[in-house]
Amino acid sequence: MSEILGLSNLKKHYASQKAVDDISFSIEQGSIFGLLGPNGAGKTTLLRMITGIFYPDSGNIQFDGKPFDPLNDIIKIGYMPEERGLYKKMKIGEQALYLAQLKGLSRSDAMQKIKFWFNRMEMESWWNKKVEDLSKGMSQKLQFVTTVLHEPKLIILDEPFSGLDPLNANLIKEEIYGLAQRGSTVIFSTHRMEQVEEICNHIVLVNLGKKVLDGTVADIKQQFKENKFSIQLSSLPNEINSNAFNIIEQKGNELIVQINENFKSNDVLKYFLQQDNSIESFREILPTLNQIFINLVEGTHATARAFERSES
Amino acid sequence: MNKIFIIIQREYLSRVKNKRFLLTTLLTPIIMVGFIAGATFLSISGKDEHKIAVIDQNGFFKSNLQNTKEINFTFPENVDTANYITKGFTDIILIPKFEGTAKVNYIIRSKKRLGLNTETSISDKINEAIEDKMLQDAGIQRSQLDSIRSKSQFAELKSMEEKGNSVQESNAALSYGIGFGSGMLIYITMFIYGAMVMRGVMEEKTNRIAEVMVSSVKPFQLMMGKIIGIGAVGLTQFFMWIILIGVLTTAAQFFIPHDVMQQVSTLQQSNGQIPTGGMVQAGDAAQKIYKLQHTMSTANWPVIISCFIFYFLGGYLFYASLFAAVGSVVNEDPQDAQSLMLPITMPIIFSFIIMSNAVQDPSTSIATWASIIPFSSPMVMMARIAYGIPGTVPYWQLGLSMLSLIGGFLLTTWLSGKIYRTGILMYGKKVSWKEMGKWAFRKN
Repeated sequence: MSEILGLSNLKKHYASQKAVDDISFSIEQGSIFGLLGPNGAGKTTLLRMITGIFYPDSGNIQFDGKPFDPLNDIIKIGYMPEERGLYKKMKIGEQALYLAQLKGLSRSDAMQKIKFWFNRMEMESWWNKKVEDLSKGMSQKLQFVTTVLHEPKLIILDEPFSGLDPLNANLIKEEIYGLAQRGSTVIFSTHRMEQVEEICNHIVLVNLGKKVLDGTVADIKQQFKENKFSIQLSSLPNEINSNAFNIIEQKGNELIVQINENFKSNDVLKYFLQQDNSIESFREILPTLNQIFINLVEGTHATARAFERSES
Repeated sequence: MNKIFIIIQREYLSRVKNKRFLLTTLLTPIIMVGFIAGATFLSISGKDEHKIAVIDQNGFFKSNLQNTKEINFTFPENVDTANYITKGFTDIILIPKFEGTAKVNYIIRSKKRLGLNTETSISDKINEAIEDKMLQDAGIQRSQLDSIRSKSQFAELKSMEEKGNSVQESNAALSYGIGFGSGMLIYITMFIYGAMVMRGVMEEKTNRIAEVMVSSVKPFQLMMGKIIGIGAVGLTQFFMWIILIGVLTTAAQFFIPHDVMQQVSTLQQSNGQIPTGGMVQAGDAAQKIYKLQHTMSTANWPVIISCFIFYFLGGYLFYASLFAAVGSVVNEDPQDAQSLMLPITMPIIFSFIIMSNAVQDPSTSIATWASIIPFSSPMVMMARIAYGIPGTVPYWQLGLSMLSLIGGFLLTTWLSGKIYRTGILMYGKKVSWKEMGKWAFRKN
């Protein structure tokens, strides 16, 4: 797989703060990439540089194998910002046509694609409605359609599921998978960790303008695992005493254990086999992304508000 | 470049297709005509009838005061200020004995307060009666005097202006009207369309569509697209008004009797001279219509209209980009807009004041400089142009004024574009003047 986007040593400083301070990473074509970080971490500034809205103070961006040229590459990018925006008084069909033409599509091409997407998203009957008459979820769908309409190589979605009911969220999720399968790359910026775990192949975490974490979801979980296992027994022994592990938690006949250094998971099994307790299940407990991020971000002065919200 | 046309198209069509646009464009001239007609109608009708008792110590008013439809003078006996109302009079006039021509007050007392028109007409009547009496004493008949007066009107002032080798007829009243009218029109439209640009920008910012837009087009294209689109709306409105006025005046001619129109055309052919002993004698109405047409024809309309379009567009572009910059830094709170607009509205209002002086005296040095500096030139130059080029406004002044206006709007657009680019994506924080200055003058 080739690389669609490569950032190297990007910097953007405002008068009062370093919004993006020396960030580098690359994104593979066709992947679904998660850009994570607490509020104010510099995600939006980073995305605005990738979409050509801002110029970086230093560093460079490679797009599709060439240095990024905002003027000509804009048509290959679809950006849905976190703050959704549409012209309230405009009719939906006209609005989609307008935004598509501004991306550089000809009128007839745009019409054809709008019809295709409206049909796909069951929006045909909306054509003459005004945006102000739409519900939040409906305008979200419209915004998504206008973002991906011109079949961009790189799609950037900032919190795409906020305000959507589960049914529509699923619909959009399926579309994201479909777009990735057809070769588009999706950058997905969010606070919702469970969605990231479900959707993304590769993630980067930024905090206070710096990259904190970079890797695939599975690798990161391995990297941050705390050697915790859950073991379910048919009956508990009277006394458990092993230097291989400590019991952290007990729920009925289920034990959560942490394996001490220099021991393996097999040592836990060996112990219980020796005790002659029948083992009903045994599995590793990997940390959730949520836990990893709270650990990383907490105590760094950044507000962890976003994570608290996604936990509740 | 193609994208800016798409933006212009949307900004233009979304406003022109709006029913409100059509309604205001059609209704404004109709309301204005209706307003003038209404005011005229009210001043003609709606007069109270007055039955006035005149207590006269001189004895000569009885034969000389003329009654009209609304005002009826009577000279009853035994009526005084205490009982005139019970005797059925609405007013009473007490005239003391005149002693030579020494100044004397006479008093009118009324049940109701008198209107301005009635008061003037009563005092006119009384003065006329005094005049009649004095004429009579001097042995002159009023009818004689009237006929001399009307005959003496054969001489008429025509002011001519040096125009190279020839002279051209000019008319100060017309110049004043054109100058003030076009200056006023530019003043009003600058506010209307400037505010329209500002509201459009604020809408894009508060609706958060700005970020979607600037990921497809440059902020400068977005701003210019809006400014040009709305300017085109303004021009459309002007052209519709011109057409409407043309249609209305043509329609008005059908209401003028045919023979009057014929007399007007005879007057036109004979350059205002009534052919003596001819078949057609020009009536009063025909004279008036001819005079109006003739006066209007002394103005150089093609120059005035093309200058008007230039200064309208130049002034609009100069101020609209500033309004756009203000719109881009406002956060939801409309009160911010008010205070940020002040530095823009002040020069516009100030120019209006200079313009209303320049239209009376177009050659003062204040008027001359104000018509060259781009802050005020759109209004002030229009006031001066009405007095003639190159008589009042030499070519070098016009050229300098136009060039500095073009330079001016390029400068304001450039600075505003920089403020706009930063402001449109800035949320939550109230922006100070210092920051805006920093955005405007920083490099890249």
